[in-house]
Amino acid sequence: MLELFLDKYNYWIVIVLMLFGLYIVISRGNLVKKLVGLNVFQTSVFLFYISLAKAEGGTAPILTGKTELFSNPLPHVLILTAIVVGIATTALGLALVVRIQETYNTIEEDELEDLNVAVMKGEQDRIPGAEGEAR
Amino acid sequence: MSAETALLSTLFLPLVGMVLIWLTGKSPNLREAVTLTTSVILFAIVLSLLSDVLDGARPSVDLMEVMPGLSLSFEIEPLGMLFACIASGLWIVNSLYSIGYMRGNDEKKQTRFYMCFTVAISSAMGIAFAGNMFTLFVFYEVLTLSTYPLVAHKETEEAKQGARTYLGILIGTSIGLQLAAIIWTWIAAGTLDFTAGGILSGKVDPVLLPFLLALYMFGIGKAALMPFHRWLPSAMVAPTPVSALLHAVAVVKAGVFTVLKVVVYIFGIDFLAASGAANWLIWVAGFTLITASLVALSKDNLKARLAYSTVSQLAYIVLGAALANHYAILGGALHIATHALGKITLFMCAGAIYVATHKTEISDMQGLGRKMPFTFAAFCVGAFSIIGLPPLAGTWSKWYLVLGAAETGMLIVVAIYMISSLLNIAYLMPIVAKGFFRPAPELATASAGAAVAPSKSGIQEAPLLCVLPPCLTALGCFVLFFYADAVIALLRPIVE
Amino acid sequence: MIAAEHLPVLQVVGPLLAAPICSVLRIRNLAWFFTLIVSVGAFLCSLLLLQTVMESGPISYELGGWMAPLGIEYRVDASNGIVLLIISGISSVVLPFAKRSFEAEVPEKLHSLLYTAYILCLTGLLGITATADAFNVFVFLEISSLSTYVLVAAGSSIDRRALTAAYNYLILGTIGATFFVIGIGLLYMATGSLNMADIAVRLGTIAEIRTVDVAFAFIVVGLALKLALFPLHTWLPNAYTHAPSAVTAFLAATATKAAVYLMLRFSFTVFGTGSGLLAPMAGTVGIPLALAGMFAGSIAAIYQYNLKRMLAYSSVAQIGYMVLGFGLLSVTGVMATTLHLFNHALMKGALFMALGCVFVRIRSVHIADLSGIGRQMPWTMAAFVIGGLSLIGVPMTVGFISKWYLISAALEQEAWWLVALIVASSLLAVIYIWRVIEAAYLKAPPPGRAVAEAPLSMLIPTWVLVGANIYFGVDADFTVSVARAAAEGLVGVMQ
Repeated sequence: MLELFLDKYNYWIVIVLMLFGLYIVISRGNLVKKLVGLNVFQTSVFLFYISLAKAEGGTAPILTGKTELFSNPLPHVLILTAIVVGIATTALGLALVVRIQETYNTIEEDELEDLNVAVMKGEQDRIPGAEGEAR
Repeated sequence: MSAETALLSTLFLPLVGMVLIWLTGKSPNLREAVTLTTSVILFAIVLSLLSDVLDGARPSVDLMEVMPGLSLSFEIEPLGMLFACIASGLWIVNSLYSIGYMRGNDEKKQTRFYMCFTVAISSAMGIAFAGNMFTLFVFYEVLTLSTYPLVAHKETEEAKQGARTYLGILIGTSIGLQLAAIIWTWIAAGTLDFTAGGILSGKVDPVLLPFLLALYMFGIGKAALMPFHRWLPSAMVAPTPVSALLHAVAVVKAGVFTVLKVVVYIFGIDFLAASGAANWLIWVAGFTLITASLVALSKDNLKARLAYSTVSQLAYIVLGAALANHYAILGGALHIATHALGKITLFMCAGAIYVATHKTEISDMQGLGRKMPFTFAAFCVGAFSIIGLPPLAGTWSKWYLVLGAAETGMLIVVAIYMISSLLNIAYLMPIVAKGFFRPAPELATASAGAAVAPSKSGIQEAPLLCVLPPCLTALGCFVLFFYADAVIALLRPIVE
Repeated sequence: MIAAEHLPVLQVVGPLLAAPICSVLRIRNLAWFFTLIVSVGAFLCSLLLLQTVMESGPISYELGGWMAPLGIEYRVDASNGIVLLIISGISSVVLPFAKRSFEAEVPEKLHSLLYTAYILCLTGLLGITATADAFNVFVFLEISSLSTYVLVAAGSSIDRRALTAAYNYLILGTIGATFFVIGIGLLYMATGSLNMADIAVRLGTIAEIRTVDVAFAFIVVGLALKLALFPLHTWLPNAYTHAPSAVTAFLAATATKAAVYLMLRFSFTVFGTGSGLLAPMAGTVGIPLALAGMFAGSIAAIYQYNLKRMLAYSSVAQIGYMVLGFGLLSVTGVMATTLHLFNHALMKGALFMALGCVFVRIRSVHIADLSGIGRQMPWTMAAFVIGGLSLIGVPMTVGFISKWYLISAALEQEAWWLVALIVASSLLAVIYIWRVIEAAYLKAPPPGRAVAEAPLSMLIPTWVLVGANIYFGVDADFTVSVARAAAEGLVGVMQ
């Protein structure tokens, strides 16, 4: 059991981080904190890619003539792209949070929900009134 | 004009009429002239096709392929020819009547009314001449949709409610059940063409066959088999010409026509009779027949009573189809024609009474026969025809239906037909009797709201255009009695 | 011809390069025109591609000349050819409409940036569809998603709820994409390849099945989020409701379609025989969720008063149909899915555009404000009615064709209960469409409201889609033959 844990410690870290991240996204009401959670979640995936390609004692695949152990560079490169995507997502998310703060004066999810629900109620209430008019 | 062109023009002519009606909407006289001209030309074209069909020709047109293997195609066969003749012929009468009724009642949005009417007629032609079940289904749906605005015409809450039921049941049954049945047939048989002798023989597991038949029979909501009959009474909110269209010209006739088509050309009479898949249908149709008659007895609103009468009369035809023998099928097909003539007469009379006196309840109609002798006379003739008294057309169709029932040896079916005829008398005759033989109530006791100004001459008929058409169709009931042979000659090929 | 062989990549790279150019075009009409040209160019490309594919089989393109398993491959066959056609075609039809619609709904200074986001979204969707490289899919998925969040948020000047809708979409969309990328990572771990065809081949040779199963699960869940499969659809109604009308029309007709395509592609081409999970998952999870979506979406739609939200819920239901066809795992089922991809794009596009026309004139899509609109905007509402009939599945419209094949697929497997549920749920569409028709035609307009018909630049595109609804409903030979080729290509792997 312990062996299973120690042998694949990198995956355990990834899984724990992943769950932490998802949990934060779900449980926090503050929109910025949600983004932080999202970042943790994404980072866990970056780690996953990086660690799965890393060969213990391996180096970067630069051909120097000597036979060496190389790590697989492809996932590392892929994750560069994913990091860029992650940054873009975070930036966009934060920009949206700024706009939400400007228009709603709050970034707490339940307060936003209340404000939106109030508007919905207003729209709903128009139904009987409107039909009365038509009659 | 070749038969093929004539066939296509029956579909497109009403649509051309629709466009013209739309263009001439500003001037009512011109607009009505367009309606009448279109209907007369349409009838002439249909008649021109009749002689070909009598000679045994089967003109057909393949319009286009919609999905691989499935095309919009048309073929004229006797049953369709009969339906086309009824629909286009009665359209003329109904147009005349519409003009009288709509003007007499000062209805609004008449242009839309006439436009939808033409679309409905066009789709009725499509149903009549459909060469396969797919084509028939397409036009069946168009007919439903094009009559929706007609049913909702008054735009009151009640009209909307009625139209909602109308649409809900007709679309619900057709997409919910009929479409499934059609696709099932398509997968099983690989074709949907109407073929003499049917296409299903040996293709469907005999155990499942009753279910397929049930999907068809209940899926054809326009045939108003219980429990899917509610749309007919709720469509009563529509103006009377629309009721006439629904009950006589196109809609319910399209329903029972489809039933006959399915039985004759999809299942095949012999296959259906041999498989016994229709046995349950005899009971359902018999139940509908009797129950609807009983309900009709209890209705005081004239149009509602007539509506339930229609439900019951349609069940005659479905029952005939379920018996699946030559006489019964012949009787059923003939009943499409005779019932159409009879019922349109009754409805137009009901409408004429409404236009003249704004009365809708039978109990208010005491003594009206003296004020409106022509209307009530026509009503009387129509009622006799529905009941099946000679010398009126209804006699023959009932004759053949009962013959068919007797041939199967199911005496109970004969009994059902007989009891129902008695019930017909019970719910139709009191109306005539009240009209002619009961004295009109004193004005003071006339029910509130229905009071009319006392007449000067004693006769207080509806406008001519409301009275003439029912008299014409009543006359038609007479004529058809003597020329039923011709119709049977036309129909005979389908059962041979 | 040199251009022809570069077509698969050209139609992705074209919009990609156009996006930065568009962002510097500060004149909004110019930006619009530029976007239109790019979109029409992509549309012509996809037409040519589909034609070539139907005539001479799949086209493969190696990016930068690197051979397939190593380099990135773009591969177009019937199944993604038709999706490319839908995406670029709808985009080209929506754009002429978008001009007036944006003018009415979005502040002017944002227009050129909005068009940039639009091009990027188009790029992303086309890229997702054309590429045969699993990681490339992720990159394009994110390009399209990020630009979609921006497009949705652009509705905030009309209703601030667009912002929260975009935010929620961003959170859920990112989770979906991350799940997807986890799945890709696991796949790479198991096979050492990113090329879809190569993965499929290698999956056949490995014994380590658990990693593959987990990869499958992650990818399917990630995509289910993106395609808004019930119950992962919660982002969709808000996003569609509050986005600008033209954006909604574009997204509703394309974005979920690309995700459905990916689902098909991964399930069949990539995992087809490699993961034993596909068949049991499709039967025990896919079909029940699809059915739940069909009913939940339709029933929710019945209770909506904001018509955009109503149509959005209807989309949830319609996605259920697509997943249902897929879940049957048969050629006819996948044909039904592919047909419905195409057909639903046409009808939802037309319906949302009709609502866009209404919004431009009366500044509302609330059902109470639509009383009597049928007489005041006859062409717009006629378009809505035909689109609605198509959604219901009335014969001679595209909706009927989809329904026909879906029911056929269910009947083929003698799944009677499925047939019953399909027709029952499609009847729910009658209810919610008819509410609108009754309000529009059978109610009197509020006194004093004088409304003109929508401008032609919006009406014509709407009617182009309406025309397509009828044309492909009357003559379905083209769509059916492409769908058959697509389905055989996809499901053929399984046999």
